[in-house]
Amino acid sequence: MSNTKIVSPKKDMIFMAILSAVVLTMPLWLQPFGAAYPDLMQKFMIFGIFAIGYNILFGLTGYLSFGHAAFLGVGSYTAVWSFKLLSMNVIPAMIFGTVLSGLFALAIGFVSLRRSGIYFSILTLAFAQMSYNLAYSVLTPITNGETGLQLEQSDPRVLDHMSGIVPDGSLPTPNLFGIEGIGYSGFYICAALMLISFFIYLRIFRSPFGLKLRAIKSNQNRMGYTGFSTRPYLMTAFVISGMYAGLAGSLLAVTDPLAGAERMQWTASGEVVLITILGGVGTLIGPLLGAGIIKYFENIFSAFNDTVLLNAFSFLPDWLAHPVASVVGLFVGEGWHLTLGLVFMLIVIFLPGGIMEGISRLSRLLFKRNKSEPKSDGHESKEKEQTSAGEV
Amino acid sequence: MSEYILDVTDVDKNFGGLQALSDINLRVKEGTVHAIIGPNGAGKSTLLNVIVGRLAPSRGRVLLGDQVLTGKEPHEINQLGVARVFQTPEIFPELSLLQNVMVPAFAKREGIFKMNFLSSLFAEKEVLEHAEHLLEDVGLLEHKDHLAGSMSRGDKRRLELAMCLGQHPKLFLLDEPTAGMSRHDTNRTIDLLKRIKERGMTKVIIEHDMHVVFSLADRISVLAQGAIICEGTPEEVRNDPRVKEAYLGGETV
Repeated sequence: MSNTKIVSPKKDMIFMAILSAVVLTMPLWLQPFGAAYPDLMQKFMIFGIFAIGYNILFGLTGYLSFGHAAFLGVGSYTAVWSFKLLSMNVIPAMIFGTVLSGLFALAIGFVSLRRSGIYFSILTLAFAQMSYNLAYSVLTPITNGETGLQLEQSDPRVLDHMSGIVPDGSLPTPNLFGIEGIGYSGFYICAALMLISFFIYLRIFRSPFGLKLRAIKSNQNRMGYTGFSTRPYLMTAFVISGMYAGLAGSLLAVTDPLAGAERMQWTASGEVVLITILGGVGTLIGPLLGAGIIKYFENIFSAFNDTVLLNAFSFLPDWLAHPVASVVGLFVGEGWHLTLGLVFMLIVIFLPGGIMEGISRLSRLLFKRNKSEPKSDGHESKEKEQTSAGEV
Repeated sequence: MSEYILDVTDVDKNFGGLQALSDINLRVKEGTVHAIIGPNGAGKSTLLNVIVGRLAPSRGRVLLGDQVLTGKEPHEINQLGVARVFQTPEIFPELSLLQNVMVPAFAKREGIFKMNFLSSLFAEKEVLEHAEHLLEDVGLLEHKDHLAGSMSRGDKRRLELAMCLGQHPKLFLLDEPTAGMSRHDTNRTIDLLKRIKERGMTKVIIEHDMHVVFSLADRISVLAQGAIICEGTPEEVRNDPRVKEAYLGGETV
């Protein structure tokens, strides 16, 4: 599964099978971690999709977009509108959400990709902030401003009415031909889409197209003198990753049918950058791990409050317990972003390749311990280290 | 079809007030090796940059066979059959050697853009074989899975040569292909270039190392202060007084 080797499709299928098994059995093995409830697992899947899509752009081409939350937001709004106007079925919602985000990405990419490096990042950030402000105030008729877009009893739902589905007084829930988008069934809908998205993502990684994207990241100058026009490649990568974000956004609406402007704010764009870097930029499953870890700890840490902390430190004498609890209190609950920031700093400084680098270092350590009897000379081991820097 | 594969006519290049190239005329016959020599700052690299489309000439035009190159983008010029190696090797450091040579092979087959994002590299047997063959040609096959960035400078240079050769260019531009190489590596590169010459590929080569120039070139142009002061066979150039003057600053030896 190393990036420097050409992997056979057979190995990839085995990898997909293992991944599917791991994902679909999540409700079982997440039990001991206290994370096996549907809402959280849905988030794992949704932000997993968001992050792998982001990785197609950032990981493969090296273009750092600070505006991907805009696509997430467009996906959500579109999905909710699809619920309101057409049908509570999730399929049209997801299709429209993905396609519209793709078109939106086409427009933003067309302008932003005229520049590279920091200028590209700033352009995408500017577009995302513009979208946020549009959604928050100017486009209130479409987005319902700061209240957020919600479902109502009186929505037309044309397709549902045509097929004779009449709501029974309460607000209808999004469903896949009757399978509800909430709870465990909602998780399985998200998981299925995540696995499909991951499969496409894997194919992109293994394709000549993916190789060319990596070549662009590695040396854009040489790419030009190799007879490739880099712009259409970057454009395609940008649109694909925008569509992934749109799908993630529409799934957010599927599991909880309302859409607010805060979904498009720059902090949301920043989050997917954090997730990708934490997991490992350009690695296959790094972004998935990053999404899981950040969403898990967000959930755990935000749940702590002062009472819980005081209980936790009750073994200390009273005069000590209070100050300790208040200091620790800064890092949990609302302040969990402080913890996230610290962890992120540590990762960037000590493990620039993210969690995946940590894993490959660890496995190399174990591997060496088993096989280091015949001493290899320094030159060779150095070469090895550099070679394996490109692993998953 | 004109007799010349490369035809540079009346090219000027100004940078602000500085005239880097003035009235350059250069014609290269198909299948020959043409060397451009000259002291530092004579405008050799600028001339190459004009040919490959990195710089637009202030005046004049460049033809490849019957096709006008002037005004085209570097990737379009490359697709027409012009490949170039750089003074400092331009490779893909984060890719393996094999992947490095695969990328240009795709360019040759697919043109400027192709969206084949669901096909598998593994299924590209032809490209893979071609790439391995190229690496074997330059003696790098045993390192095919190593990261290109971890190789020595000489190896990077040979990798870059392999990348360009894989495109079967009509015109191959080499900017100091042996700069910074050890004697051993230089000789290896000369051997390699001689072998390529037998395949009838036209080459324009910029070089400081006279040993390289005289063992490869069919014709030589001497560039000094942005103008071509002399052109001819190696024998003619070696004996031309103007060349000695340009290199030695007018003092008689």
